Amino acid sequence: MSSAFSAIKIIQPLPLKSSRSSDKPLFDPFRTPSSFLGSIHKFRFNSLNNTPSSPCHLRRSAVVAVSDVVKEKKLKSNSSLSNLLMTKEEGLEVYEDLILGRYFEDMCAQMYYRGKMFGFVHLYNGQEAVSTGFIKLLKKEDSVISTYRDHVHALSKGVPARAVMSELFGKTTGCCRGQGGSMHMFSKEHNVLGGFAFIGEGIPVATGAAFTSKYRREVLKEEGCDHVTLAFFGDGTCNNGQFFECLNMAALWKLPIIFVVENNLWAIGMSHLRATSDPEIWKKGPAFGMPGVHVDGMDVLKVREVAKEAIGRARRGEGPTLVECETYRFRGHSLADPDELRDPAEKAHYAARDPITAFKKYMIENKLANEAELKAIEKKIEEVVEEAVEFADASPHPGRSQLLENVFADPKGFGIGPDGRYRCEDPKFTQGTAHV
Amino acid sequence: MAAIFHGFGPAAAALSSSSSFDSKRFQLPSLKSQTERKGSVLVVRSDGRVIPGSNPKGRSAGKLVTNAVAAKADSSATATASKPGHELLLFEALREGLEEEMDRDPTVCVMGEDVGHYGGSYKVTKDLATKYGDLRVLDTPIAENSFTGMAIGAAMTGLRPIVEGMNMGFLLLAFNQISNNCGMLHYTSGGQFTIPVVIRGPGGVGRQLGAEHSQRLESYFQSIPGIQMVACSTPYNAKGLMKAAIRSENPVILFEHVLLYNLKERIPDEEYVLSLEEAEMVRPGEHITILTYSRMRYHVMQAAKTLVNKGYDPEVIDIRSLKPFDLHTIGNSVKKTHRVLIVEECMRTGGIGASLTAAISENFHDYLDAPIVCLSSQDVPTPYAGTLEEWTVVQPAQIVAAVEQLCQ
Repeated sequence: MSSAFSAIKIIQPLPLKSSRSSDKPLFDPFRTPSSFLGSIHKFRFNSLNNTPSSPCHLRRSAVVAVSDVVKEKKLKSNSSLSNLLMTKEEGLEVYEDLILGRYFEDMCAQMYYRGKMFGFVHLYNGQEAVSTGFIKLLKKEDSVISTYRDHVHALSKGVPARAVMSELFGKTTGCCRGQGGSMHMFSKEHNVLGGFAFIGEGIPVATGAAFTSKYRREVLKEEGCDHVTLAFFGDGTCNNGQFFECLNMAALWKLPIIFVVENNLWAIGMSHLRATSDPEIWKKGPAFGMPGVHVDGMDVLKVREVAKEAIGRARRGEGPTLVECETYRFRGHSLADPDELRDPAEKAHYAARDPITAFKKYMIENKLANEAELKAIEKKIEEVVEEAVEFADASPHPGRSQLLENVFADPKGFGIGPDGRYRCEDPKFTQGTAHV
Repeated sequence: MAAIFHGFGPAAAALSSSSSFDSKRFQLPSLKSQTERKGSVLVVRSDGRVIPGSNPKGRSAGKLVTNAVAAKADSSATATASKPGHELLLFEALREGLEEEMDRDPTVCVMGEDVGHYGGSYKVTKDLATKYGDLRVLDTPIAENSFTGMAIGAAMTGLRPIVEGMNMGFLLLAFNQISNNCGMLHYTSGGQFTIPVVIRGPGGVGRQLGAEHSQRLESYFQSIPGIQMVACSTPYNAKGLMKAAIRSENPVILFEHVLLYNLKERIPDEEYVLSLEEAEMVRPGEHITILTYSRMRYHVMQAAKTLVNKGYDPEVIDIRSLKPFDLHTIGNSVKKTHRVLIVEECMRTGGIGASLTAAISENFHDYLDAPIVCLSSQDVPTPYAGTLEEWTVVQPAQIVAAVEQLCQ
C-alpha cells in the first residue's frame, strides 16, 4: 500500500496499481486463499507487506475516472506540481481544519477521563482527511449527515468548537441545548442534520435532504438550487438494509447526494472482512447504477480530488456517487473501548500514514507554507479548543423548565387538560412540574 | 354533523339503521327537535353547538370549525349562510382535504407505494399524480424504513411530506425511523429542526384479510414521545383531521380504517379544519360514557340504538385524538355520568384503551361510581376464518351487555 505521501505520488495513478504488476488480477473473491477464514491479523496484515507479489486481498482499484482526472492534470502542466491541486490559502484552510479535528478530539478524551462528559463518545482521530477533504468543498446550504462519530463533521461544516464542546458537556449553550450529546450533533444554521446513534438511520434522512434539493429545483422552480448532501457512515453500515435501499432510491431519482463510506475496517470489534461477503464496498455503487470510487482516506488531497468530482456531479444533476474512503481510527471505537482486538502492527502501519503529518510534509515540501505558519495555526487551534472548554465549563446546566420544551414543535401536542385549557398554557408547564 | 351509513357488505347492513329507532327517546338536550329520520337512514347529530356565522371556540382561531354545520334544509332554525354541502365517500373526503392542502402549499407532497400512477391502494390519492406530477406524488420502491426516513429528512429541510403506508401494518418496517427520528429529532436537535410529516394509512381489522393485514398499530406507536396520533371515523372528520395534520408542525400519525373508506356523508362546501387534540361528542347522554374511536364507533352507535330501546341513555364520545387524550371532553362526560365504558378495536394488552383507563383513573377517580370497563379485541392474531374474526373484535351485543352490567 502506498506509504509516505509526496507530491509526486499524488499525481500518479492511485498507488494500488503501482505496487504490483499490471497483469495481476484485481481482487477476485473466488481466488482468495483459504487463509481468509484463518487468523484475522495474519490475513489482514499480509497484504500490507508491500511486496510486489503479495496477494491482492485488499487491493482495490478505483473507478478509472478519478485517476484519469489526476493524470490529465499532470499531462497538461509541467510546472510546479504544488499549484496543481491546491493554493496556499486552500492549503492553510485544510491544515487548520485537520488540526482542529485532531486537537478537539484529543481534548474530548481528556475531558471524558476527567468526568466532564459521559456516555458513549466516539472519536475521529485518524480519519480527519475524509471530513476535511469533503466538507471543506461544501457551501453553507449543503447538508451533512453523519452517524455517531460526528464531532469533526460538525466542526468541519462550521459549527463553532465551543458549541460542540458545550453540547458534549451537556450544557444549555450546546448546539442542541445539551439534549443531544456526543452522538447527536445538529445545526440548522450550518445544515448538519445529525448525529445518529443507530447506524444506517441517517442515510434515509440524508436521502430526504437531497430529495428536498431536487424538489426545490423541479417543483418549487427555485432555479439554480443545487444543494448537495453528504452522508457519512462506516463499513459496518454497508451491510445494513437502509444503505442499499437508499442507494437504490438515490440512483433512481438521481438525487444530489454523495454516500461517503469511512471504511476504517472495524465495527467495534468486528472486522469488516469477517462481516462482509464482498468487502469492496465501492463496487456496490455500480450495482445500483451509480459510480463507485475507492480512495485512500488517509490522504486529504486524494480525498479532495474525488470529492470535487463527486460534488460536481451532484451539483450538475448527474446523480449520486458512492465513495469508499479507506481510513483508520487511531483510538478505540469509543472511549469505553479497550481496543484490544486490533493488531498493533496494523495500528502502527496506519499511524505512519497520519493524514496530518503527511499533509504538513506536503505543504512544506511544496513551499505552500513554512514551519512557522503551520505552528501558528496549531497554536491558534490550541487556543480555540481551550477556550471552548472554558466556555463549556462556565455554561449553565439545563434547568428543569427545559425538560419539556422541545418535545413538540407545536406544544398543543401535549393535549387538553381536564380544565379545558391546553396543557402548555399551564404556567407550571414551563417549570417542568406540570403533570403530563 | 350527519353521518349516513352506506351499505357495503353484510356488516354494513347491520350498521345501517334498518332497525327502528324511537326518535322521542333520542333527544339532544340543547337543541329543539333535532332528530329526524329519512327513510331507512339514521342521521346522527353530533354535539349540538353550531358554529358557522358564530364565533369559533376560544382556542380555535380563524377558520377552525370544530363542530357540525347546522345542516339541514328542513331545519326550522334560522337559515344560516352555509351552503348545503356536498356528499362524498370517506376516501374522497381524505383526497379532498389532501388536494386542498396541496393547492394551498407547494411544499406539501405525498410519498408511498403506489400513491402516484395507481392512485393509492384505497384511491385516496387518485389522479393527484396527474395533477401535481410524479415528484410531488412520489411512487416509492418497497422500502418503508427508508422512504419514511427520507420523508423525515425532507421535512427537516423544508418540505411537508405525507407518507402513506399501504397498510398501516407495513409501517412496522418503518418503526426505526418513526420512533427514533420522527418523534425524537425535534428534541435531540434542541428544537432546531421541525418534522411536519403526516404518516397515514389504513389499518384495523378488515374482512378476512388475515393477521398481518389486520393490525392496530396505534398501541405500538403510542409511547413514542413527540408524535401525535389521531383516528378518523367519518368523512367529515377525515377531511378535517387530514387538513389539520398537514398544517401541524408536529409529526402526526393519522389512522384510517380499511372498512370505513366507503362511508358516505354530506360535508360542508366551505373550508374547515378540525382540532387534532379534541374529541367528538357523537351522542350526548346521561347514564354512561362510552369512549370509542374509528370503526368501533359504529358498533357502539348500533348498540346505542338497542340500549335506547331498553331505556338507557348512553353518551358516546369518539375520542379521535389517540395521543394526547382530550381529557376535558372526557372528564366533563365522566363527571356527568360517573360510568365509563371504553370500546376499541385495539388489543387488550397495552392498547389505547389500557392507557385511557389509566388516564381516567388518575384524573377522575373521584367521579366514578363503577370501575372502568374496557372492551378491546382479543389478544389474538386476527384469524382468517370469518367466524373467528368476528369474535376477535367487539360486537354490539357485547357492548349492550357491558352497559347493562355497568348500569345496574
